[in-house]
Amino acid sequence: MPAPPPTGSAAAALVIRPCPPRPPHGRRPRLRRFAGAVLSLLPALFASAAHAGWDTLNMPVGVTEISRIVYDLHMLIFWICVAIGVVVFGAMFYAILMHRKARGAVAAHFHESTAVEVIWTVIPFLILVAMAVPATATLIKMEDSRNPEMTIKITGYQWLWHYDYLDEGFGFYSYLATPRDAILDAAEKSEHYLLEVDRPLVVPTDTKIRLLITANDVLHAWWVPDLALKKDAVPGFINEMWTRIDVPGVYRGQCAELCGRDHGFMPIEVHALPPQDYQAWLAQQQAAGQ
Amino acid sequence: MSDAAAAHHDDHHPSGLWRWVTTTNHKDIGTLYLWFAMLMFFVGGAMALVIRGELFMPGLQFVDPQFFNSMTTLHALVMIFGVVMPAFTGLANWQIPLMVGATDMALPRMNNWSFWILPFAFAMLLSTLFMDGGAPAGGWTLYPPLTLQTGDALPFVIFSIHFMGMSSIMGAINVIATILNMRAPGMAMMKMPLFVWTWLITAFLLIAVMPVLAGGVTMLLTDKFFGTSFFNAAGGGDPVLFQHIFWFFGHPEVYILILPSFGVVSSILPTFARKPLFGYSSMVYATASIAFLSFIVWAHHMFTVGMPLAGELFFMFATMLIAVPTGVKVFNWVATMWRGSMTFETPMLFAIGFIIMFTIGGFSGLMLAIVPADFQYHDSYFVVAHFHYVLVPGSIFAIMAAVYYWLPKWTGHHYSERLGKWHFWLSTIFVNLTFFPMHFVGLAGMPRRIPDYALQFTDYNMLASVGAFGFGFAQLLFLYVVVQTVRGGEKASDECWEGAEGLEWTLPSPPPYHTFTTPPVVK
Repeated sequence: MPAPPPTGSAAAALVIRPCPPRPPHGRRPRLRRFAGAVLSLLPALFASAAHAGWDTLNMPVGVTEISRIVYDLHMLIFWICVAIGVVVFGAMFYAILMHRKARGAVAAHFHESTAVEVIWTVIPFLILVAMAVPATATLIKMEDSRNPEMTIKITGYQWLWHYDYLDEGFGFYSYLATPRDAILDAAEKSEHYLLEVDRPLVVPTDTKIRLLITANDVLHAWWVPDLALKKDAVPGFINEMWTRIDVPGVYRGQCAELCGRDHGFMPIEVHALPPQDYQAWLAQQQAAGQ
Repeated sequence: MSDAAAAHHDDHHPSGLWRWVTTTNHKDIGTLYLWFAMLMFFVGGAMALVIRGELFMPGLQFVDPQFFNSMTTLHALVMIFGVVMPAFTGLANWQIPLMVGATDMALPRMNNWSFWILPFAFAMLLSTLFMDGGAPAGGWTLYPPLTLQTGDALPFVIFSIHFMGMSSIMGAINVIATILNMRAPGMAMMKMPLFVWTWLITAFLLIAVMPVLAGGVTMLLTDKFFGTSFFNAAGGGDPVLFQHIFWFFGHPEVYILILPSFGVVSSILPTFARKPLFGYSSMVYATASIAFLSFIVWAHHMFTVGMPLAGELFFMFATMLIAVPTGVKVFNWVATMWRGSMTFETPMLFAIGFIIMFTIGGFSGLMLAIVPADFQYHDSYFVVAHFHYVLVPGSIFAIMAAVYYWLPKWTGHHYSERLGKWHFWLSTIFVNLTFFPMHFVGLAGMPRRIPDYALQFTDYNMLASVGAFGFGFAQLLFLYVVVQTVRGGEKASDECWEGAEGLEWTLPSPPPYHTFTTPPVVK
């Protein structure tokens, strides 16, 4: 029999990332609940802005070297876009304000300027080159899965995941743990509604882990934002990615490729433990398996 | 028969329903396309509201997840093939002969046929809602193996796509034949209005890629019913092959959905800025470059599929390059407005709204091109936000701008400027309320195509749903304005707009049933 998820000292070592709590929905008539939700929209927004802040607005910085680089790259491109937007829209709004007929503006007649055209072809090109350089460097790093310290195989099924610890020779299925009643609004929704599983993937921190991914029926995709990992699971083919997690904790994700009726109900939960706790967990699994 | 009677012989046409069934007149067919698009806009919009209703709050309230997936699938197919493409073909039918000084489209009987295929194609597509196993629910991208799990609906979807493809290809052939052969004396290629240019290039894209889609879906059909294994690894095939085929069609398709908008905006801005379009020839070259690049960037839709590094780099660089010609277009539009003498009637408002919000969609598109970051964005709501920005306040706003701009010409009446402006502002506010929050939930980790979501995504989903219902109902105002204008209103002059230039504005409003029977001479 598979062992239960880690308990005791291992669980105490986990750092649960904060998730903005939401008021639980009780059992009220559907329409009234709907109307109530509409009315509570604005206060809820302010409350979430105050409590949740950046977390619900932006990409997570994540807990790996790669995820941090990806976040920085994302923000770099974002600010470049903002800067271009300010210049272009600034010029446009200036024209809208100043060059309007109502202010007595008289139309000029220019309609061509090779110099200007060359400038605004070359400058964007140079900006693109400046973006491409760090993007290429990051990509090369992300695709370098050489010398892993351990390998786990992930298989997508309709609608659950299977994890195989290839080096240790055991594996298990991982199902959604949210009860049906919570989904149907007949029971309270827990803090990690739809992002909780019965048996999480347990991995060590500070270890280069190679993840092989495939599927048994249709396409799936394994996505954990905090690890900046997303890869398609293709039946009949094996894809590869890798990670090295720096911070112990629980990291959650979901299937990201439409895979049928319950596509929204096959979450991913990764527990990253310090190596010694991971070894303890591993021994427990192997003992239970014999 | 006297000469005078013979000269007007062609003005007689059947009346009532039969006129519309048998018509070979470009104006009638343009009208049919546009009304068809309007009808489908509300059908596809109703599906969007089912989606947004279910996503208003966490938990399942209204629909089964399978039906939810059918709604996302059909919403996309209806909006792309039933709204944006027919609307642009309708605009092409009405405007291209008027703009190049032709009597009609080059192939009028085929023109009738290419329109009348569409109602049958969509009747077939929508009939799948009532079939055993439900409507297709594998996404509009139809990826196998999931799509092969579709029930009785599968062959109907595939045949309806074949029909839509035939209709588009015939429409495109007609556009090319008209533009290349029927221009008025003196209208050199480089004198054509940009709407004509962008449609010419779009038509070539259509002819190039619709057969590819038809081939891909036919392979799905044979995999399902005739024992082939194109996309089945167990039989030696590859599911990813379908994605390559689909996106080789799909990326040029993206530009099929946007290039005519560029033409529309390039026609409207000079009119209301009372100043010629800045950089006409660079606009033409930019359009052609975008069309060329659209053939070599398809795999950026599938960066997470497991490509070699070299492939990822190539598709990243090629995709980033598209920003250059697209940027040139936006800069040219701003330069057209610069030092103009602008007024802000409804078509101008929609055109300016288009430029701003399409550019926002362009920025997120540039971000999506960056492969390492795309691994995070891919198949999240960030992508949903991106393509809705370029399609709704992009293509759809351009179509609305075009309708407001040419409606006085088509009907002979001015629409209500007050209601048109209300329509613009309501649409703009609600479209942003709908789609802007999707950037946030996508970045925070919400995958697309899910009927239920984790609690931290609730607030922005509520906002998006409120926005979607607001946007949907605001479009009833659009319908009202159009119907009101068709039925009557202030008489429009020939020129309609103070700064309008081009052959269509030399004709009476509304133009007679047959125009340019004697070709105009363009100097």
